[in-house]
Amino acid sequence: MTGPTLYALTGAALIGIGFFGLIAAQHLLRRVVAFNLIGSGLFVFLGAAGARSGASDPIPQALIITGIVVALSASALAIGLVVAHARASGHPTLPEEDEDA
Amino acid sequence: MSALVAVLVAPLIGALAAVALPGRSGRIATWVAIVATLAAAIMLAASVISQGMPRLAVGSWEPPVGIVLEADGLSIAMIVMTALVLTAAGLTARHMLAGDTKGPRIAFGFWPLMLLLWAALNAVFLSRDLFNLYVGIELLSLSAIGLVAIEGKPAALTAAIRYMFFALAGSLLYLAGVVLIYAAHGALDIGLLATRLPAGTDPFALALMTVGLMAKTALFPFHVWLPPAHGGAPAPASAMLSALVPKASFVILLRLWFDVMPDQATDAVLVLMAALGTAAVLWGSLVALVQTRLKLIVAYSTVAQIGYLFLVFPLAGGTSVDQPWAAGAWNGAVFLALSHGLAKAAMFLAVGQWVHVRGSDRLDEMKGLAKAMPMSAFAFALSSITIVGLPPSGGFTAKYLVMTSAFAAGQWAWALVMACGGLMAAAYLYRPMAVIFGRADLSASRLPSRSQQAVPLALAGVAIVLGIASAEPFETLAIGRPQAAEEGL
Repeated sequence: MTGPTLYALTGAALIGIGFFGLIAAQHLLRRVVAFNLIGSGLFVFLGAAGARSGASDPIPQALIITGIVVALSASALAIGLVVAHARASGHPTLPEEDEDA
Repeated sequence: MSALVAVLVAPLIGALAAVALPGRSGRIATWVAIVATLAAAIMLAASVISQGMPRLAVGSWEPPVGIVLEADGLSIAMIVMTALVLTAAGLTARHMLAGDTKGPRIAFGFWPLMLLLWAALNAVFLSRDLFNLYVGIELLSLSAIGLVAIEGKPAALTAAIRYMFFALAGSLLYLAGVVLIYAAHGALDIGLLATRLPAGTDPFALALMTVGLMAKTALFPFHVWLPPAHGGAPAPASAMLSALVPKASFVILLRLWFDVMPDQATDAVLVLMAALGTAAVLWGSLVALVQTRLKLIVAYSTVAQIGYLFLVFPLAGGTSVDQPWAAGAWNGAVFLALSHGLAKAAMFLAVGQWVHVRGSDRLDEMKGLAKAMPMSAFAFALSSITIVGLPPSGGFTAKYLVMTSAFAAGQWAWALVMACGGLMAAAYLYRPMAVIFGRADLSASRLPSRSQQAVPLALAGVAIVLGIASAEPFETLAIGRPQAAEEGL
């Protein structure tokens, strides 16, 4: 199995693990980590796609760097919201049913 | 060209200045940025109408290495509507979110978030690169989430977290599609991709991106985050969120299905999208009928109105692309987006003024408000006329176009959906109107001034004028329209 294929499969595995964690986890911070796993898996897959032809392709590298910055900002906002929600409600999980009138 | 750059750069610089400069100079910088972006939007629209579509390759790097910004008719229509709505929301927020009434955090945090939202919206409407669109919608979602959570109430925080999960999931699905497209074709520019050879992973990539964007547009069944989020945000923020944020992801969907991959548009998939839109119309209207909070009625109305937008796909895409009714369906869908944006923003701003006066948004506390604030009540009534689709409003023109296209295409079911949607909208909008026009004594405390009430009235008036003077906007929308359909019926 060549290098890029191995990376692509790793990326796919990360996406799968992250997806499972997103659905199965109750604790909000675990869900934020799961989002980051999915994002990282996508970036590894993108890097593998760029490394297929012998010469290295700079565009996926630029996309990955941009994506990491975007994911960082999103994670920062997510964690801030989770902390504020946990302080306000006392639980680090979402309430089970919707708030209504 | 400079208007194209200014409309992106001015709100970004304004957002940074609003954070960096202290106190009064920060507020001045915010308003300079708002006025500058509004002027740039109008100048851009004028230059596109008179001189054709400007195209900017950023840094003079051409695709596939560089990013292209282009303003076509759809772009400038949405950019001008965005500018009008955001200016009106800013004027309302000046009084409603001042430091003494709501606390220093909102007074500080609202303006940078609003300007970032504006920059993100303009970036999404102008970009011709799929990854740039990803960055744009991420910035859009993060600003919108911040605006939902800005008041810090527990219900608003829960709604913001739910919104965040849906928005991040949608972004990741869209990014997965972008990755697959790059792996297959080696380019991300919309113009280059339009001339590509279809690859095996294209349907999967398009499906991933479509589902992600549907979650961001709050299409049924991904709409569950919208009512609590828009109901829990402060009213100027709700106006911006309902009127503009779902339209951005809808515009990306239009570009994907009509510009990038029109060959993947099989009839079954298009009918499925319109069926989800139908479900959104029916479900949103039914749930709006039983709400007791005014802001939730308006939010569920957004869920219903967004369903209308997805009827464009079977009527103007797939096998209908070359038919004479496709142009009417396209114009109608874009008109629906424009008039809904203006009317929903006016509605939320008017409701916000009532909530500000009464202290809560329960329907039974709103009795008799029309006598005390006639201009806001009239604004609400005008917006309701556009939402229901009565002549001579923009909503009527839009629905008339889509229904005519549906009948001409032989797909009369969609016309039936629009008619039912209009009837149900009349039903759920009648309840608030009946309450506010009822008789009650209202002590004249903290009533907003006439100039403040004029802001939603002006927005609702533009929505009505859009229906009366619709020939100019039609010609504008034809600039750069993807399919070469005829003038329509």
